[in-house]
Amino acid sequence: MDIPRNWRLRTQRYALVGEECDHCHSKIFPPRDICPDCGLEAKAHYAFSGKGEIYSFTVVHDPPTGYEDQAPYAIALVKLEEGPIVTAQLTDVDSAQVAIGMPVEMVTRKLRAEGEEGVIHYGYKFRPTLARA
Amino acid sequence: MTEREHRPATPGQGKAAPRPARIMRPTRAVGLVGYGAYVPRLRLPAKEVARVWSEGAALLPIREKSVPGLDEDVITMSIEATRNALARAQIPVEEIGALWVGSESHPYAVKPTSTVVAEAIGAVPHLLAADWEFACKAGSEALQAAIGMVGAGMMRYAVAVGMDTAQARPGDALEYTAGAGGAAFIVGPQEEALAEIEASLSFVTDTPDFWRRPGAKYPQHGQRFTGEPAYFRHVTTAGQELMQALGRTPADYRFIVLHQPNTKFPQRAAELLGFSPEQTRAGLLVPEIGNTYAGAALIGLTAILDEAEAGDRVLLVSFGSGAGSDAFSLQVTPRMAERRAAAPRTRDYITRRKEIDYGVYVRTRGKLSM
Amino acid sequence: MRPVAVLGIGQTAVGEHWERSLRDLATQAGLAAMRDAGLEHVQAVFVGNMLSGLLTRQENLGALVADWLGQRPAEAFKVEAACASGAAAFRVAHMAVSSGEVDVALAVGVEKMTDTTSGETTAALATASDADYELVHGVTFVGLNALVMRRYLHEFGWKHTDFAPFSINAHANGARNPNARLQEPISERDYTRARMVCDPINLLDASPIGDGAAAAVLVPAERAYDRPRARVLVAGSASATDTLAVHDRKDPLFLSAAHHSARKAYAQAGLEPSQIDFFELHDAFSIMSALSLEACGFAERGQGPRLGLEGRIRLQQALPISTQGGLKARGHPVGATGMYQLVEVVQQLRGEAGPNQLDRARVGMAQNIGGSGAMIATHILRVA
Repeated sequence: MDIPRNWRLRTQRYALVGEECDHCHSKIFPPRDICPDCGLEAKAHYAFSGKGEIYSFTVVHDPPTGYEDQAPYAIALVKLEEGPIVTAQLTDVDSAQVAIGMPVEMVTRKLRAEGEEGVIHYGYKFRPTLARA
Repeated sequence: MTEREHRPATPGQGKAAPRPARIMRPTRAVGLVGYGAYVPRLRLPAKEVARVWSEGAALLPIREKSVPGLDEDVITMSIEATRNALARAQIPVEEIGALWVGSESHPYAVKPTSTVVAEAIGAVPHLLAADWEFACKAGSEALQAAIGMVGAGMMRYAVAVGMDTAQARPGDALEYTAGAGGAAFIVGPQEEALAEIEASLSFVTDTPDFWRRPGAKYPQHGQRFTGEPAYFRHVTTAGQELMQALGRTPADYRFIVLHQPNTKFPQRAAELLGFSPEQTRAGLLVPEIGNTYAGAALIGLTAILDEAEAGDRVLLVSFGSGAGSDAFSLQVTPRMAERRAAAPRTRDYITRRKEIDYGVYVRTRGKLSM
Repeated sequence: MRPVAVLGIGQTAVGEHWERSLRDLATQAGLAAMRDAGLEHVQAVFVGNMLSGLLTRQENLGALVADWLGQRPAEAFKVEAACASGAAAFRVAHMAVSSGEVDVALAVGVEKMTDTTSGETTAALATASDADYELVHGVTFVGLNALVMRRYLHEFGWKHTDFAPFSINAHANGARNPNARLQEPISERDYTRARMVCDPINLLDASPIGDGAAAAVLVPAERAYDRPRARVLVAGSASATDTLAVHDRKDPLFLSAAHHSARKAYAQAGLEPSQIDFFELHDAFSIMSALSLEACGFAERGQGPRLGLEGRIRLQQALPISTQGGLKARGHPVGATGMYQLVEVVQQLRGEAGPNQLDRARVGMAQNIGGSGAMIATHILRVA
């Protein structure tokens, strides 16, 4: 979890910026050199809406080292409305309320902190779509 | 009410003459082109604090306060509020020339909140970015600066955020109210404004009513000193002077919103300024979300903007300990109606609530030493 | 390309070997395989291991193990493919011998997992997933499998208890394997009442980690063979990859690398799935058993649990699986697991499987899964 490796991903982590393939126009997250759909080069940036739905989920009670202070936490495969699926934590939700198909939206949250004095890493999580009057 | 008689003498000049109020108006008219709020989901009822610390006997200054989740801080909350403001402003992010976050709970003592927020909204790299500190007035101070920069034509848009995750010593009177939340505003040219900023005024003195020394985890306060010489003097003077300079009376305003450390102070100060409870109601959020410090007056304004109609005037007066007040006179434009629904309303965040008990609060706020 | 035979096998018991180190375990299994082959020297040593760098802070395992086996200056290096490291080492040994470059190769799978705290081990295992896009979100390995299993239950309408036969079968067989980590049979009641680990995966869906090592000596099939017991040939050896992250798969419920490697291995062996007598599959989690059976052509999509419910996976039935307990009961010393599977297949083919010996064991298949399905190696062994 060193600083450069998190820093270089800040654009995609903070704001879910991926790519759109110039050739087949599929939306790609995370951004990568070769489009996973057509195998051709991909490089045009594409900002995802952050809207999606839960494809699957579970709750982590036995976390890996470095995540103890967050447990228990829900993780999910979120299917974005543009197509790709991403793995992320769910936030602002009670585990018992999570269901496959639940609409969610991206929020930028603390992923973890390097102790009390170290750097804080931020990135995307998903929450149930905010109910609006 | 103007209280100029106690001004100290300038050395060598004998008794100082009263100074006239300094109303501020930029050379180019500006307004709020976007606004957005954020309130976390968790709520701690004040009666829970009373249950733990006073056997339930304390008088409760508010009903409940908002508490940030484990993964929330001033950075994440500022990002969401700013995204909401952007959604309403519908401006190109690269034209944002400054992004300032006022708070007394920045996640880092050294390393700006504002650069992370700017990066998250895609506004980097050609902009001013800095964090402001003036207790609960840090956000409105940033708003004053944004008016100046945009009004001087140095940039088209500037973002000012007031946001806090206020900490309070367990058992302290402030623990009942120290909440989390705030608002972001985008200042831009008047012709694009959802609310025009007519004028502003600032009133500051050295008044030690509330402070936190470096390295101290929780703030301290001057107890009864926080009322008359601090909150009431600054808030009412700034509000009164601005109205006077503009030749207005409370009848010219549909809404007033003041810094709100508890329910009673803003109600009393509004009354002293000549406003009715009806004018105070829409912006008084403290009973439901607590005192959001640098966010308190500003998020009250967002709740007002959520329901104000074209032509409505709003008087906003912040207060920051130490001490000072910023007063602003705003008028809502017809553009408001078409942009309001582009982001969640402040009420949507307030309605979204999960009540927690004191134990969960203690864990969530890092008050457990492990 | 020349045909390859497995001349010798060796293994340690899987367990918590407080008194034995990584190198002790590798040496013990390697020497046992060489002794079984009747050899004192090998030309090359390929060490399958996943976590030595993270958990033992020891890399360069090839040289270390070759040295401790007394095989200097034999060529040696480590092969890493997460939980598929063992089968990957075997596959490299197979390539070395079949190509004609090496005449005697030793493949050793070894893992030492109990020197560290469970949090450290959990974090280390999770490195098999995508560090920047899965791991950073606090995902655990069991968590990834839980995500897959929940969706599988949702999509195909199975109940959690429909997976019980996989676990019950593995425990029944493990109870008769002296090298197994868990040697207690379990009932369906035990399964349904097991502690939830990561919903819907409970403790009896998940395999236990452990320390262990297993090894095999590979030689050209033409090498003179004058022993009384059956000679075991490698009839198919293939591996394939899929996306590292589960979320990047077009269909997260299909093990495409299992499908591709199995298809290739079948073609090499000239066999159909129906001709496989038994299958050592990668039952790290019960959901993986179902997905593996489907991807390898033993069950239709979404129908994997049916084989368990119909009893066809038990010893002496249509397609016995996990005949020595599988990962579930023998244990899952991750980088060694693939070698355990292959050693167990050889045991069955030779008729040396003890109380778990199958009546019909002419062709056996082993499949080792790395990560959540990103790298999968499939081997088919048969009696010559």
